[in-house]
Amino acid sequence: MADRPDADREAGANKPTLRLHVPEPKFRPGDTVDFSHIQVSEPGAQPRPDEACDARETAPLCHDLIRVLGDDNHAHGPWDPKLDPDTLRTMLGHFALVRAFDERMFRGQRQGKTSFYMKCTGEEATSVAAAMALASDDMVFPSYRQQGVLIVRGYDLVEMINQIYSNKGDKLKGRQLPIMYSSREHSFFSISGNLATQTPQAVGWAMASAMKGDSRIAATWVGEGSTAEGDFHSACTFATVYNAPVILNVINNQWAISSFSGFAGAERTTFAARALGYGLAGLRVDGNDALAVYASQRWAANRARANAGPTLIEYFTYRAEGHSTSDDPTGYRSAQEREEWPLGDPVMRLKNHLIALGEWDEERQEAMDREAAERVKAATKEAEKNGVLGHGMHQPFRTMFEDVFEELPWHLKEQAEQATRERLIKFHGGRPQ
Amino acid sequence: MSAEVKENQAAQSGTERRLNMIEAINDALDIMLERDPDVIVMGEDVGYFGGVFRCTAGLQKKHGKTRVFDTPISECGIIGVAVGMGAYGLRPVPEIQFADYIYPGLDQLISEAARLRYRSATEYIAPMTVRSPFGGGIFGGQTHSQSPEAIFTHVSGLKTVIPSTPYDAKGLLISCIEDNDPVIFFEPKRIYNGPFSGYYDKPAEPWKRHPQSVVPEGYYKIPLGKARTVTEGDAMTVLTYGTMVHVVESVCREKGVEAEILDLRTLVPIDIEAIEASVERTGKCLIVHEATRTSGFGAELSALVTERCFYHLEAPVERVTGFDTPYPHSLEWAYFPGPVRIGEAIDKLLKD
Repeated sequence: MADRPDADREAGANKPTLRLHVPEPKFRPGDTVDFSHIQVSEPGAQPRPDEACDARETAPLCHDLIRVLGDDNHAHGPWDPKLDPDTLRTMLGHFALVRAFDERMFRGQRQGKTSFYMKCTGEEATSVAAAMALASDDMVFPSYRQQGVLIVRGYDLVEMINQIYSNKGDKLKGRQLPIMYSSREHSFFSISGNLATQTPQAVGWAMASAMKGDSRIAATWVGEGSTAEGDFHSACTFATVYNAPVILNVINNQWAISSFSGFAGAERTTFAARALGYGLAGLRVDGNDALAVYASQRWAANRARANAGPTLIEYFTYRAEGHSTSDDPTGYRSAQEREEWPLGDPVMRLKNHLIALGEWDEERQEAMDREAAERVKAATKEAEKNGVLGHGMHQPFRTMFEDVFEELPWHLKEQAEQATRERLIKFHGGRPQ
Repeated sequence: MSAEVKENQAAQSGTERRLNMIEAINDALDIMLERDPDVIVMGEDVGYFGGVFRCTAGLQKKHGKTRVFDTPISECGIIGVAVGMGAYGLRPVPEIQFADYIYPGLDQLISEAARLRYRSATEYIAPMTVRSPFGGGIFGGQTHSQSPEAIFTHVSGLKTVIPSTPYDAKGLLISCIEDNDPVIFFEPKRIYNGPFSGYYDKPAEPWKRHPQSVVPEGYYKIPLGKARTVTEGDAMTVLTYGTMVHVVESVCREKGVEAEILDLRTLVPIDIEAIEASVERTGKCLIVHEATRTSGFGAELSALVTERCFYHLEAPVERVTGFDTPYPHSLEWAYFPGPVRIGEAIDKLLKD
């Protein structure tokens, strides 16, 4: 820097050299995994503040980890939602169905029946138990790994598979990437595919519900990686400014494709602690503990319903499989991570809890898993009557132009005519073989 | 009763009411807030204060704080929550304080609002009218002068509407608010208070002497997708919108050129029938906009005219635009496509 005055250069000589920190996960492929740095709080030891408390009272819970299910497979402490065995068995049934569905759809993609699929293995509790804690007409603004919400709300499996196959039964007319469901009937918002955009939308829906004196609240789900998006900041700001009846669920599954949570700031603080700067209530919860998930979601729902304010919940969990069918995690993380994950598997933990209560056994579990697999198999067969993705041309070409606007403007009419003409030229008789 | 008839009646009966564009927009918002309980108005400084350009003055007091309110300074948030409100069933009318500030909200507009109907196969829609002052001529520098309309016309699922008079502003805005598709409504801020001849050094004219400042009381609509013939003529067709409608009109008057000036009013969907009919008759086409030239909406207009009216053209299509630079502060009037630039293009077309 020839143009720098000498005095500055001298001063600079005494300053330490700056270094850029680029986060690096603790383990890479082949590494031995040791998760002892992860704080695993004592189940039942976390206080449960009043649902209408001042948001600041939740500050300690933003750095703790709310847990209910202990290693003894029993529920502990003030966050125990005290669910009856039937409800627990229902939850276990949803888990079984989600897992069976994921298995079959993943396989279907590998068999070439569709282009894409995303499993939620290891994270089932963060959608299933949360959805069970909400009212069925509370509005859900999901990200792309909340199939558990649809399962809980009783969405028809055949409809789900039609969408995944983009076949002629797909009510989204083959327009969306597989798993980007939409079901207004189930108060389930259309999944975007762009990340975190759903978060301010959920806040806006909640604001509208409050404006209209409605009683329904909104809940949204976003990955920890996507909290880095500006949309999430906007969502938190609007939520707190208007005291919107909304729950912001951050699913911290440790990985955003190949980027570990450190690239969203996890090396310095928790995601729950984001709440504090906004004045939102914040909870950090063991996302593999179905009872803790249920209890925290219910706490936040009650809080929102009582006009006591929005809540940001971090569900601390682990993405046990790849990001999607297009991803191979062996390329960037140690295969041991899944086995060593200190918070276990949500399905096993709930099952063991029911067994410990004397309300369940392995035989019944096997039967439940079998029945779930059969249900999915039957639904798959039914959906396949409408075709699989294949060449993809299951819808009349004209549908490509419909719904861009409410009415077809002249330029889209012209383009639709062109597409129809091309169809006749490309395919003899207008129909692909 | 047609709006034109109403206007004439009002003028004849002596009860005519003359408004500037700000008052006309305020009137439209007031009427829609009154008529439809699902309409809400929000944006930075739009509530108690009534907007930096006063377009929402008095609306909060009249309609209440949950219908007309201030927002955080977050365009992403404003448009994002508007999508959610639309999904609930409301009809939000968010204001973006300057078009230059809209970019943080683009993902919510382009990827979300504009595609929600399509991607959900009509399960959810985002009917919103995003109002935003745009264009230069007020010494606003590079962050208060831009004309980014072409960014929006490029997006499938968005309508882009630009009024040029108080009468149109009210009728078009009401149509936009009632439309079930998301609409960008750009308000040419240079002509909020009066039409503009293009001569920055001449005294500003107020709206009250302009025939289109007669704005009837109550509800009326101007359909989207329909251009307005400003002046009839055979010398050439001029396709323009916003502030430039008045600049072109003044230049033509000054030069004694009988041009057919079409105020496009809606850019998407464009009134192709009006364009074709006029160009086929005049055989010459001048396109004028204030926005930068490259990939500006004029490029689309030029292509449409060339594709559809080529055998009627007696000369190449001419474009007059802003320069491909950021909008400069002190050199604003060197940048602005004023009478000199427009005059040269007209002369060239007349010679061809």
